[in-house]
Amino acid sequence: MNTTTQPTKALSEWPLWEIFVRSKQGLEHKHCGSLHASDAPHALQMARDVYTRRQEGVSIWVVESNSITASAPDDKGEFFEPASDKIYRHPTFYTIPEEVGHM
Amino acid sequence: MAYLDYVLHLADSAIVLGQRNAEWCGHGPIIEEDIAMANNSLDLIGQARMLYQYAATLKNDGSTEDALAYFRDAQDFKNYTLLELPHHGALVGYAVDNRDYAVTIVRNFLYSAFMALVWEKLQASHDAHLAAIAAKSLKEVRYHLRHSHDWLVRFGDGTQESHARAQAALNHLMPYTQEFWTTSPFESSASKSGVGVDTAQLKADWEAMVRQTLQEATLAMPSTEGFVTTGKDGAHSEHLGFLLGEMQSLARAHPEGVW
Repeated sequence: MNTTTQPTKALSEWPLWEIFVRSKQGLEHKHCGSLHASDAPHALQMARDVYTRRQEGVSIWVVESNSITASAPDDKGEFFEPASDKIYRHPTFYTIPEEVGHM
Repeated sequence: MAYLDYVLHLADSAIVLGQRNAEWCGHGPIIEEDIAMANNSLDLIGQARMLYQYAATLKNDGSTEDALAYFRDAQDFKNYTLLELPHHGALVGYAVDNRDYAVTIVRNFLYSAFMALVWEKLQASHDAHLAAIAAKSLKEVRYHLRHSHDWLVRFGDGTQESHARAQAALNHLMPYTQEFWTTSPFESSASKSGVGVDTAQLKADWEAMVRQTLQEATLAMPSTEGFVTTGKDGAHSEHLGFLLGEMQSLARAHPEGVW
């Protein structure tokens, strides 16, 4: 039993997975955290125990973290700032009827 | 009630394994498994509570679920001996060793495979209350089975060490499963009245399930011969007294304490 001597073995040998949980039908999957697991079914099973034990979800997605391509923090200026003065891109000039519900 | 002992047998089995598995809380091999095993224990303790509450109403003498769980002694408990064994291989009774997760997983697998069949059949119990408890417990045990099955395959088909430990755990625990198929008087009267399950009829399905998983895990099916344990009849191994001592000490030190 290596609970005290080598606690990080799993962390160094198992890839990291990002966990997405859908809280109810019709809503999108939301990122809720990450964990280490040896493969996808393993990650799914552990995500069930770690992230849905308080009835948080009806569906889980797991994605290996290194298959996510992320924008670089240094690109913030050219990536995001040009959008800041274009308020006409927000659909705030329309009223959405109540019956439409969640969009 | 004729089948009070049968309900207590189901409750005692659930609480004893729940208490045993809870020993991993804070000591799991990885944090996700620590949480998974705590979830497993809480499912089992939840099942035990429903069953003890029902047993208390059957008893109808002012007993409560707490009285049944905390103020009965080892010889009154009707759980399978398999469930009270520590999380390590065979040693003399008073000796302790490090917990081995392979023992935990093998036991959970053998027992969950069995209970998945038992709860499935009990859904058709003539006792509507017991049938409802079975329906809820079935979903829980199917997940326990899936969890322990997955780990057992990973251990068996993993490294040399994980394979050896899984096989050793299997060799150690398999003979205790013989108790699943013996029929105590309270079981035969419960199954005759349509309330309980005749477990002997589940043996072929259980063996098929176990065989298939062991094959997948590249593990050998061990012999199931030898001494047949009698936990159901209240004659337990030396380990149950220690387990109950820990579980019951608080309630006995502060009877009817509320917090």
